[in-house]
Amino acid sequence: MLVFLGYILGFLGVALFFISGLGLLRMPDTLTRMQAATKASTLGSLLVILAIACFEPQWTFKLIVLAVFILITNPISSSLLAMTTYKRFYKNIYNTSGTDALKGEDK
Amino acid sequence: MLNFLILLIALSLLLVLIRFLKGPTLADRVVAFDSMSIIATSLLVVLSFYFHKSLYLDVAFVFGLIGFVGTVVFAKFLDKEL
Repeated sequence: MLVFLGYILGFLGVALFFISGLGLLRMPDTLTRMQAATKASTLGSLLVILAIACFEPQWTFKLIVLAVFILITNPISSSLLAMTTYKRFYKNIYNTSGTDALKGEDK
Repeated sequence: MLNFLILLIALSLLLVLIRFLKGPTLADRVVAFDSMSIIATSLLVVLSFYFHKSLYLDVAFVFGLIGFVGTVVFAKFLDKEL
């Protein structure tokens, strides 16, 4: 029963990985590519780690430490990267999207 | 069944690798590198169950740490002059 649950979680996580890769390949813009890649791969890696914890219950502590580590570090690095990309490549995003929230916060 | 799981992870790693090779700007490549390090970390977790060795989990931990530090360093490098 636990193995069956593990397979369901594992294939859900791998489907999220595949969606993340497809979005990274097909999206038209750098920031939209970032939005497609980071969120889906974070949730996918958490689901795959949970699936392995269902397969092998002795390794649960180590896997939970790894999952918490990924859950802490991945949003930090992706938000830092998005902010740097915005500062460097999107000087006039207001002309295309009609809103620029980060500039309003800065000034 | 587990072989099919590993094959699907490798396929999505290949999709990210295509974006890494043909990204127009440097930011695209750094995003692809970040996503690739996370997918490779969970591929290492699956491989540690596939070979029944608990040692590979430590390798996955160190790999995730190296990927995080590399992404942060590249973001700070993009922030300065290029």
